[in-house]
Amino acid sequence: MSFTFTDDQRQLADSVARYLADKYGFDARNRIRNGEGGWSREVWAEFADLGWLALPIAEEHGGLGGSTVDLALMMEAFGKALVVEPFIATIVLGAETVARADPARATEMLPSVAAGEHLLALAHSEPTSRYDLDRVATMATESDEGWILDGSKAVVLHGDCADTLIVSARTGGRDDEREGVSLFVVPGDAEGLKKRAYPTIDGMRGADIELDGVRVGSDALLGPLGGAVEIVEAVVDRACVALAAEAVGAMAATVDLTTEYLKTRTQFGKPLGSFQVLQHRAVEMLSETQFAHALCYRTAGLMDTSSGIERARAASAVKAEVGRAGKTVGEEAIQLHGGMGMTDEMAVGHYFKRLRLIDVTFGNAGHHLSRFVQLG
Amino acid sequence: MDVVLSPEEEAFRQEVRDFLKDRLPADIAEKTDSGFRISKDDHVRWQKILHEKGWIAPNWPVEHGGPGWTPMQKHIFDEECALAGAPMVIPFGVAMVAPVIMKFGNDAQKARFLPRILSSDDWWCQGYSEPGSGSDLASLRTKAVPDGDHYVVNGQKTWTTLAQHADWMFTLVRTSDTGKRQEGITFLLIDMKSPGISVHPITTLDGSAEINSVFLEDVRVPVENRIGEEGKGWTYAKYLLGHERTTIAAVGRSKAQLRKLKGIAKVELSGGRPIIEDPDYARRLAQIEIDLLSLESLVLRTLYAESEGRPVGAEPSFLKIKGTQIQQGLTDLLMEAIGPYAAPYQPEAFREEGWNQEPVGPDYGPALAPLYFNWRKASIYGGSNEIQKNILAKMVLGL
Repeated sequence: MSFTFTDDQRQLADSVARYLADKYGFDARNRIRNGEGGWSREVWAEFADLGWLALPIAEEHGGLGGSTVDLALMMEAFGKALVVEPFIATIVLGAETVARADPARATEMLPSVAAGEHLLALAHSEPTSRYDLDRVATMATESDEGWILDGSKAVVLHGDCADTLIVSARTGGRDDEREGVSLFVVPGDAEGLKKRAYPTIDGMRGADIELDGVRVGSDALLGPLGGAVEIVEAVVDRACVALAAEAVGAMAATVDLTTEYLKTRTQFGKPLGSFQVLQHRAVEMLSETQFAHALCYRTAGLMDTSSGIERARAASAVKAEVGRAGKTVGEEAIQLHGGMGMTDEMAVGHYFKRLRLIDVTFGNAGHHLSRFVQLG
Repeated sequence: MDVVLSPEEEAFRQEVRDFLKDRLPADIAEKTDSGFRISKDDHVRWQKILHEKGWIAPNWPVEHGGPGWTPMQKHIFDEECALAGAPMVIPFGVAMVAPVIMKFGNDAQKARFLPRILSSDDWWCQGYSEPGSGSDLASLRTKAVPDGDHYVVNGQKTWTTLAQHADWMFTLVRTSDTGKRQEGITFLLIDMKSPGISVHPITTLDGSAEINSVFLEDVRVPVENRIGEEGKGWTYAKYLLGHERTTIAAVGRSKAQLRKLKGIAKVELSGGRPIIEDPDYARRLAQIEIDLLSLESLVLRTLYAESEGRPVGAEPSFLKIKGTQIQQGLTDLLMEAIGPYAAPYQPEAFREEGWNQEPVGPDYGPALAPLYFNWRKASIYGGSNEIQKNILAKMVLGL
């Protein structure tokens, strides 16, 4: 065992952190999220140039073949900077789904994704499925030319801007059956596809999507017929680790901001940080962050070699942990900032919102605790 | 980042497992497993077996009789011992006073004390806390006054764990009342057979008698039993505290306890079903299991920092707080698992010498409520969890 980062990994983390410190400060980030589309195509192109979009993609699919630990290091830095670009939607979810479902298609599709020229989104969850990955009601009906898709997809991350949507739909089975769900490659501007786009409360973008008789060719089927749930589960397990790393970054930044505030804000003639009741609460926040960090990287280290229940249980453990810890750290940070914590102008509230939204993405702490129990 | 054991580490684990299977006395393992108190004889018997193998002192340098293990090997060893039901090695000699003697003692002290610690021929206890000095240890008042080539010691030590078995006690005593109070403290080794020492048990709320008051009345201690310089005792004591690094987390012990808990929760019924299937109970159990995974992850990270020679920093304080919360959470779930059978008080059912009658309720029952009550100590001893937070606020956050 070697619970430590390689030199390459340290360099990667340093270079991402340096770039973001330089180009993606809190003010710059706010300009970007308030600008057209809610994120920056210029920044995205730079991510591509720096090789960050290619890093998690396999070499045979035009990427750099980075590990989950590499991905986590990037996500941690993104969490510290509150990056709003569609990295999770396109790379962590979209590219990974294509790669797992259909390696041949990935060789075709992913080089342009790695180059930053093509955006993806995973349209899987539905208005009543909440966090159940096997609950899919959207229907795919076979036609002469291919497939006709009908149904609704809920809170599709960066579904508003995706050039291509990966849509899950039933080709067989009941609404809550594991078997019978298939994946389809659907152009973002397909006829019959209605997007209701919105900003999310944490500064990202999302869309609810209606599929009303969307016709796609027979080549739109991605991966094995009826075998999508297993693929999506694997993608989401890894995404949980990526989100955990992002949360760990956001938690660390939140602790730093709070500590700084406690040192500088004075009341009763002394810095807030001199009050023991506040010191202990700040230490709790730091402790949550330390343990979440250690668990996150240990899980990331396991992801590339484990599968099945082992992988699922590890992913649920870390997602449950950062969901709970992130909420605690965020809520405490607002309280320790007092009235200032309630203002939009302070960064701390933005970290808090991201932490809470990470929790409700792909299963909150309660959901993953239950899953951890069931898999036990 | 490589988070699984290497083939060499796996081989070491197997070697430890084989040794334990071969040499850990079955009667001792059974006592540990069923929550019986372990007698002095049992402790010493097991520790002598470890000594014979050369494994009694994982933290000692090789020249003094340590096995020369990496931090990871020590961790594996601790975990395997706990899972096999080996009693904890009593830390006061081998893990606590010995490093201080090695670092600050003179050659005569090393020659006199270290071999008998290694062989478990001397049983040590720790004389730090006093009735008026708990978290504020530097306020201690037990006085040592020089008299020729002796100190005359008067005062009272308290919470002295297993002092009733002890041959020796390492103590902090006051040799000066002027200047900074930390600078008036001296580190003395006291023979427990000295005239003027009396040991009185303190019964704890679970009914056990593992801690004591130690009274010192005109106890004559040869100056040659002083460690280092007069007035430097506080520095030596701090070195000792920094020495217990990752073992404080007790990951192996909690893993063994978790395994035991799951076994009990599978047979105890609630609503006609095993309580482990009760959603509320199962989720609390799962939360502790995840906490334990987090704890183990930070322990592993710390072990690597240590093996790479990087400073460990404040991690032990994080580990102490989280580790004790987990230990207490496990004892809570253990007590709850037996429901109303937490009530019958049957200390004879788990006393050192054994008991050949049927207990009221399940066999594993009588020890569980006392365990829960006893284990509240964990967040108080070794620097209370609040003191750990003070340390972290100062050292890490700079508050």
